[in-house]
Order: sequence, then C-alpha cells, then structure tokens
Amino acid sequence: MQSASILIESLPNIAWGLFTTLGLVIIALAVGFIVGLPLGIIQVYGGGSILWRALSRLSVLYVWFLRGLPNLVLLFLFYYGIFPFFGISLPPFFVGATVLGLRSSAYQSQIFRGALLSIDQGQMQAARSLGMSRPLAIRSVILPQALRISLPAWSNEYPILLTDSSVCYAIGVMEMLTRASLQVSRTRAPVPLYLATAAIFIVMNYLGMTLLHRAERRWRVPGFGGS
Amino acid sequence: MGDAILRVQGLSKRFDSEEVLRDVSFEVRKGDAKVFIGPSGTGKSTLLRCLNRLVEPDSGQVWLGDEEITHASDIDGVRRRMGMVFQNFYLFDHLTALRNVEIGLVKVLKMPRREARDFAMSELARVGMDRFADKYPAELSGGQAQRVSIARSLAMNPEIMLFDEPTSALDPELTGEVLEVMRRLAAGGMTMLVVSHEMEFVYSVASEVLFMEGGVIVERGTPGQIRDDGATGDAGQGAPRQFQRTRAFLRRLDG
Repeated sequence: MQSASILIESLPNIAWGLFTTLGLVIIALAVGFIVGLPLGIIQVYGGGSILWRALSRLSVLYVWFLRGLPNLVLLFLFYYGIFPFFGISLPPFFVGATVLGLRSSAYQSQIFRGALLSIDQGQMQAARSLGMSRPLAIRSVILPQALRISLPAWSNEYPILLTDSSVCYAIGVMEMLTRASLQVSRTRAPVPLYLATAAIFIVMNYLGMTLLHRAERRWRVPGFGGS
Repeated sequence: MGDAILRVQGLSKRFDSEEVLRDVSFEVRKGDAKVFIGPSGTGKSTLLRCLNRLVEPDSGQVWLGDEEITHASDIDGVRRRMGMVFQNFYLFDHLTALRNVEIGLVKVLKMPRREARDFAMSELARVGMDRFADKYPAELSGGQAQRVSIARSLAMNPEIMLFDEPTSALDPELTGEVLEVMRRLAAGGMTMLVVSHEMEFVYSVASEVLFMEGGVIVERGTPGQIRDDGATGDAGQGAPRQFQRTRAFLRRLDG
C-alpha cells in the first residue's frame, strides 16, 4: 500500500522525463542518419581521387573511434573536454543528444554500407547506361533500394538509443532515469520506482518498434528487399 | 564511310594479364544490325561495354557520329545516345515497369513528369508491355522484364542500341517474345549491335555477322555468305572456305 502511494505520487514526475528521453532518441536517430548515411556512401563509392580516398580512410577511423569507446566515456569526453575546448557551451541535453547521435552514426554508417554493398552492380551500370551521372544514379536508383534494405537493421538503433539514452543521467540530463533516481532518493523506495521506469521503457520500445514495422511494410516493394 | 554512325578503331583491353580485346576495328552504318558471335570469354560483352565506356578501353578510338568518345569528357551525354540492354535486364527493382521507363526521361532528359508518363506508356506499348505498367520487376517473367528494359532504353531515343546477350538468361520458351521485339526494331531501321547465339534470329536480322575468338574478330560476313560457305566445298575439292572457324563454332553450338 505504501509503495502504491509512492508510485502514484512519483510517477507523473518520472513520466515527464519521457519527453526528454524521446527528444534524446529522436535527435540522436536524426544526427546518426544525417552523418551516418554520407559516411556509408563515402565508404562504398568513395574511390577515385585522392580526396575521396582520404575521406574514406578518415570515415573508417571515425567509425573505429566512436565504436571503440564506451558510451559513458564518450559522453564525459565531449561534455568535459571536446565541447569546452572548442568554446561550445551547450545544455547537457544537447551534448547528450549529439554524443548519442554521433555514436549512432558510426553504427548506422555500417548498416548503410552493408545495404549499399548488397545492391547488384548492374543497377549502377543500367543507370549509367541511361546517361545518369554517378551522383544522380546513387540518388535516384541506389539509395531508394539501399534505404529499404537498411530499414530492418536500422530499426535496431531505436531500442539501442532508447536504452543508451539513460547514460545522460551522468551529466544531469533530466531524462527518465535521472528523474527516477531523484524520486528514489526522496522516497527511499527503489524497487517500485525502478520497476515503473522499466515498464515505461518497455512500453516505449514496443510502441516504437510497432511504428517502425509499419514503416517497413509501407515502403515494401513486391519481391524486393527480402522483408 | 561518311554515314557511319559508329566507328571503332584498334580497340584493346586487358584485365590484369589477360588480353580481352585485341585491336578490334569495325564500323556501323545507320540501320545496320551487326551481330557478334563466338565462344564465351572472347570479349564480346567487354567490347560492347567499351563502346559506351562502362568499361574503359586501354587503347583505340570510338567515334559516335563525328565525335571521338573514348576521351569525351561528357560521357553521360554520350551514353544517352546509346541504348544498352543487359543479359540480366537490370531493371530498377524498386520501381514499377512504367517508372523504370519514365526515370531516364524525367531525371536525365528533364521531361515534365506528365509528358514522361505518357511517353513511357507508349514505349511500353511498343514492346507489348503496357498492360504490365504497374508491375514491379519481381512480378514479371524474364521475357517481360527484358522487354521492359528494351523499352527503357528505347525511350531515350538512342542513335544505336547495344544488346548484350539479351536472351541468354531466359528460359527457352521466353526468348521468342524478346527476339520478336528486336526483329521489329531491326525492321524499323534501328541501328543495333547484338551479341547473340540465337542463330535463326541472327540469320534473319543481321546485316553482318562477326565471329570473335580470343579478343579479335576472326571472320566476318553476311549471313548468306556464312551459310553458303563450304556448301560446294563439301562436294569435292577445295573451294577455299572463308568461314571455317565460324562454322566449326556453329556446329558446336548445334551439337
């Protein structure tokens, strides 16, 4: 009974963190896409001139660096080191969203790279034979296919980011876990409150994945992309 | 000479140590239908791909009309003038048949969408595929897909069409519909270069048959010359046979 009243009292406060958590996830997904897609394209199609090859190398290094560090380490590096060094002072929320997004971009770039590689070279040849330039062929023939193929793997980024977003607790972003632990230290009832937090995460995960599956179905093309 | 649409001079290509094309020369006049035959791996496909530079030749020249194109900077502009049909169709898998034909018109020729749509539809009708306009490539048979891919190339209004073994990926019962489309094209005066071993088709449309082996054009002649060659020679002494290797190859094909 005791824990029930604590729940009723604290839950609205925790649930309010949902918006912050969702904000982190959505921004991170977007940053990850906007940075990750070009990285994937460069790694697959960045042959030719020295500039492109250099960019391609650099992008490999970038991916290696961002995937090689724990989330929390990365977060601290950016929050205490990199951003201040460049004189950028951002609210913790945006630092968190940026770091999550950059890290996701490293993973997303590899999802897109895999999808791009899976497309038959004949698609490019056919596009070029019609007189399309390489960039145009990539834009109007290769990408529409590669993005469809990517979607199932890309969908994974949502639950990963949703759960990873809780590391932003460490720099004081008022997301769900931060709010939950504040409530816990106030009420000294960790089990019901963390259980409730877990439940909210699970429900969000379910809703998000349902949405993504719907998107997959909506963009499906008969007999193509496997899904 | 003056009305050659395409002129090829001394074209050579090697992949690593293998010499795929060796000093290949020929020319194509308007309305010609030249057919390349020969054992696999003798450079026929590479030759076609060198013409529109999907493969870069090592040396030699190609003229399209009056323009030397092996060093043309605007290769996209050159390719626009040469249609290419692939063995495996390579239809754009995410687009319907109609959109496959439309996309070049819209993206490359900058035709307004509405106009492109009507035009693409008429091109599909030309190959008897207008009823399948809304089907995706995965929903088409091989023969149907190849007809759509021909329409996709034709829509760009090319000066010459390159066919790279257009029926060899097809089940035997599906080759007929594709060859029929090509036959009509040839009869309509389309200039074309074809790699094909459908000899009945070859004999009926070819203005010249070129037999390639080991990266060179070994023998060449009209279908009539090849068919009649040696016909008397078999009877007795040696009227010199010009097409021995071609005929030996064709016998193996039949075998």
